[in-house]
Formats: sequence, structure tokens, C-alpha cells
Amino acid sequence: MAVGIGTEQVTGGAPVPGAALLGTGSPRRRQRALRLPRSPKIIVGLAMLTFFVLLSVIGPLVAPYSPDQIFANSPVPLPPSSAHWLGTTNLQQDVFSQLLAGGSDMLLVSFIAGVIATALSVVIGVTAGYLGGLADDLLSMLANIFLVMPALPLLVILFGFLGKTGSNDLFLIGFIISVTGWAWGARVLRAQTLSLRNRDYVDSAKIIGERRSRIIFAEILPNLTPIVASSFLFTVLYAVGTYTAMAFLGLVNPNWSWGGILYYAQGANAELTGYWWWYIPPGLAVALLGTSLVLLNFGIDEFINPRLRAAGLSRRGGDRKRARALRSQQFALTPVLPVSRPPAAPLDTTAATAGNGGRA
Amino acid sequence: MLVIARRLFFYLVTAAIAISLDFLIPRMIPGNPVDAILSKMQGVTITPATIHALDLQFGVNTSASLWGQYTHFWNNVLHGNLGVSTANAFEPVSTVIRQALPYTLGLVGVATLISFVLGTAIGAIVAWKRGSWLDNLLPVVTFFQAAPYFFLAFLAIDVFAVTLGWFPTARAANATDFPAFNWTYISDVLDHSLLPGLTIVVASAAGWIVGMRNVMLTTMDEDYVLIAAAKGLPKRRVIWYAARNAILPSVSGFALAIGFIVSGALLTEIVFSYPGLGSLLLQAVQNNDYELMQGLFLIITFAVLAANLIADFVYVFLDPRTRQEA
Repeated sequence: MAVGIGTEQVTGGAPVPGAALLGTGSPRRRQRALRLPRSPKIIVGLAMLTFFVLLSVIGPLVAPYSPDQIFANSPVPLPPSSAHWLGTTNLQQDVFSQLLAGGSDMLLVSFIAGVIATALSVVIGVTAGYLGGLADDLLSMLANIFLVMPALPLLVILFGFLGKTGSNDLFLIGFIISVTGWAWGARVLRAQTLSLRNRDYVDSAKIIGERRSRIIFAEILPNLTPIVASSFLFTVLYAVGTYTAMAFLGLVNPNWSWGGILYYAQGANAELTGYWWWYIPPGLAVALLGTSLVLLNFGIDEFINPRLRAAGLSRRGGDRKRARALRSQQFALTPVLPVSRPPAAPLDTTAATAGNGGRA
Repeated sequence: MLVIARRLFFYLVTAAIAISLDFLIPRMIPGNPVDAILSKMQGVTITPATIHALDLQFGVNTSASLWGQYTHFWNNVLHGNLGVSTANAFEPVSTVIRQALPYTLGLVGVATLISFVLGTAIGAIVAWKRGSWLDNLLPVVTFFQAAPYFFLAFLAIDVFAVTLGWFPTARAANATDFPAFNWTYISDVLDHSLLPGLTIVVASAAGWIVGMRNVMLTTMDEDYVLIAAAKGLPKRRVIWYAARNAILPSVSGFALAIGFIVSGALLTEIVFSYPGLGSLLLQAVQNNDYELMQGLFLIITFAVLAANLIADFVYVFLDPRTRQEA
């Protein structure tokens, strides 16, 4: 899946006006926290995500049949009917039941991968950004190596050699996916920590004589919250795509996940014979679950960088004239708020690929 | 050029780590890979020489130290010796990969390039016209960004190749065609690569659109864009000024994206039964062809590193600041 190209540039390249306000504990904080869910992207994304989480939890319980149950002895999949809402596979199994059963393992794996990868990326990213120097160089290099190395063939050898033992252990699968997926978050967090490190309030904390651990946990980390959240969502999205791809390849046990349904559908050439009821539902389910995560990520991005919010003016209340007027004088929209640019990142080995490399 | 030298060093380190992982993973994972391979070789006469070769490859029943095995492994890789592919009649892995590589390089390379140019251009326009109907593109783009490539490939085949019959459904050329350097064959290959190529373009352009749009929105607020507009420069020129600067993060973000795109593209190849590296990957998984898996990991990693190096050259070309520094 082509994900995550956009987000880093925003969070990496732009100053974070909202973040500095987050940790202050003033009434503004509450106001900000309350404003977050009002973005339509966040509302729609959350609603869709809730739907899929509920589906995967209660799906297996309300499924009309067992996903493995074979109904007849015929090699021809049947189109949707009242008995089988989404038709049957070539083994005469119920696609709808497979769909309902297929979400839980995937969400569990993705959640495990998201938690582990986010923890890794916070530890490595914040350490690199805060310490700087040689530690930063080495950790950044490690992150970049993991970013550049293509994950799919690496996962193929890992699971290939793990064999059957690896393909059923959900925790192990989540862990391995997180190992290939932590680096992106670490980079973004490093870039942001680097810019926070030299802000006035961190300097004052140092002058007061706060301990380093307190500066990191009480001063810096709270201001990274939106970025941590966004990198968690990104990793979950990455894990959903990766787990689906691995089930599709048959690297992990395909019974039953949405990627697994696609694995069997591809094996039976469902796309060539027009068995759309077999491959569209699981594919659409993965795509919509992914969309909900991308939408949430966009919502957080807009929260971090309000300039992205200017889009969508035309949709609000049908006030097209106002939108056009605003557009014609869009240069006047330059925010007058003094925004401090993040300090120029040193042009080390990482700079050429850093999201803000060219902008700092 | 210092920047390029640094990047080159980084890629060499990455390649060395990839080779080391390739060596270590079979030795770290519990179980005996040689037994696993031998159990898959049904109906093949297994000579002691074969077993000995496999033992050497995976460090089983050998008196050599781990370091000795490691240097031996490096020696093999540097001489292009990646072992033999059990799924392909024990042909050398390098030969098997060499036959498939041009297809993937051609298809994925061209599709990635088109998607980058197209996606970046669309992203710039969507950002420039913010608040217009073009914003309605974004939910569609979001969907494509989240959909698995291979699901889009399923849809593309069903709709455009089977139902409408506009494109061939599978393979890189007609089975009756003999590979030759003539127009019949070349046009046939082009015809077969069109639909998988378009699928990869549509699936991967979404990321570039969103990335470019987001940076462009920020760039449009810069003073130099305001001045360019105030000077009365034609609108197209002003967009060009902003876009030229906004494209830099996209070029540098290429490194992050290319891994995803290649992974997705390989899966697309599988759905289209395209005879590239993706199909080899599937073959290796299905037949537990370990040495082919390892060889593919190395070759795909090297290809991705090479693509990154090209992106770095483009970056240095686009951004004069990287050339001044020294």
C-alpha cells in the first residue's frame, strides 16, 4: 500500500503551532482537546473504525455459519442468495461467514504491531532527537536502513524460514511486522524532538535544573502526543496492509482473514471468472478499514498543521461565494502568528531523505 | 557531491546489512533448514553432493566457524553465486532472477516514474485550487491510498480485461509469441504491460498526490510566492515557483515510498501472472525455495537502493543548497 508519503512531510516540515499549546494545562488545552473530534475527517474515520472493530469482535459470534463449513459438493461458486448473502466459494463455503470471521485476527495482529512499533519509535526517535551527536547519527542510520530495506521480501524470508510455527502465532506475527514498521515513526519523532529541544520552555526547564528524565517525559513527550498518535495509526495501517499481503501470499495461515479469502479467490481465478462476490467484499473491507485509518491520520495532520484545513471551505454551508472570495485573496491568508521555524537539521547522512531536508 | 558520497556510503552499509541478514536469518531461526528443503525434494534424486552443498549454504554439519561461513557467504554473493532454485530444476538463483528482472524493472520502473510525475502534478493543482471542486478528489484518493494494490488488480482484471475485453488478462506476452526484437513482440509486451502498469500507477499516485498537496499548501503561504504574484507574473509561473520548492520533500520522500510501492507492485504482478520478481516470490513461498527467497531479497533490496541513489542525484540537481555545502 502506498501509505505514509504525505504525513511525514507535514509533520516534519511544518512548525507545530498546536503542539506547544497542548501541554500547558491552561483552559486552551481543554478547548483544543474538544475541538479535535469536530473535524469531519475524524468523525467519519472514528465511526468507520468503530464499525470495523465491532464487526471483528461480534462478527464471529453472529456469523450465520462456520467459515469452514462445506455446503455442497460442487466446484462452481454460487452468487449471492438469501441463504448465502455473499454467495459461496468454490468449496461451497459461505463468503459472508468468512468475512465476519476474518477481521479479528487481523485487527489483533495490527494492534500488537502498532503498540510495539510505536513504543520502539518513541524510545529510539526521542532518544536520537534529544541526545543528538553520535547517538543521533547511529540511531538515525538504523532507522533509515529499516526504512530503505523493502519489507515484503524480508518478511518472505523471515516467515519462510519460520515455517508453520510462525504462521499461526499472532503475537509473533505482530512482533515481526512491528520490527519492519517502527522506523517511519522514529524519524518523525526524532525530527520533532530536535525542534522542541531548543524551544524556550525546554531551556527554562534546564535552567531550573530539572532532571533529564523529567524534561523528556514531562516537557517534551506531552508535546509529541499528536505525532505519536499519528505514527501509531500509521503503523496499524501498515500492519493491516502487510498482514493482508502475507495472508494473500500464503505466508501466514490464511484461515481466516480477509487477505486469506483473497488468497483462495486468487487460487481459483475468481477475477477471471467473474466471481465478484468472492473477492470484492474482503478487498473492500480492507480498503475501507484502511481508509478510516488514513482519515483519522489526516484529521490529526490538520490538527497539527492548521494550514491544511483551509481546504474544504466550499463545502461548509454551501458558501461558495465566500470560498471564491477567499481563494482570490489567498495570499492574505498567511497566518500572522509568529511561528518559529525548526532549526536547520545538520546535513548528515539522513538529511537527503529527511522530510524537512530541503525546507529547513 | 559530498552529499552523494555520504548517501553512497549509507547505501553500501545498508547493502552490507541486507547481505548479513540474508546470512543470519536461516541460522537464527530454530529448526534445520536443510531438512526442510530435503523434505520438499520429492521425486528428485538427492546426491550426497547436494546435501553437502546445502549444508554449506546454511551452515549445518560443518566444522567451519560462524565467521568462516560468513566470509564464505560474502565471497559467494560477491561472485554472483546465490545458490540454486529448487523450484526451477536446480538452476542457479542468479539465472532464474536474471530472466525475470527485466520484466519487473520495465513494468515497475516505468509505472513508478509515471505515477510520481502524474501524482505530483495533480497534487500541486489540487493544492492551488483549494476550496474548489477538486477537493472532492481527496476522499477518492484516500480510498486508493488505503486499498491493497492486489485488490485493485483483481478489479482491473475483472472489469477491463474480462468484462470489457480491452486488455489481455495475464502474462507478459502471448504464449504463441517467440521473444524477439521485432515490433510484433514488442507491441505485444507493451499491450500486456498496460493494465498492470495502470493499476500500479493508480494505486501509487494517491500517496504522491496527498504528499504534494500538503507541502504545496504550506509553500503557497511563503513570501516569495506572494511577491511573485504581486509582481504580476502569470499564474502558471507563480504555480511553477511554488511547485518547484514543494516538490523537494516528495523527491526526498521517495526513499520512504519506494519500498511500499515495490512491495505492492510485486503483489500486482502476481495477480496478473506477470513473469517478474513478484511471481518468483510467490513461487518461492509456495515451494519453500529458500535460496530463491534469499536471492530475491538481496536483488530487490539492491534495486531499491539503486532507485534511491537516482532520487538523490535528482535531489542534488533540484536543490542548489546541497551543492553549495562543502
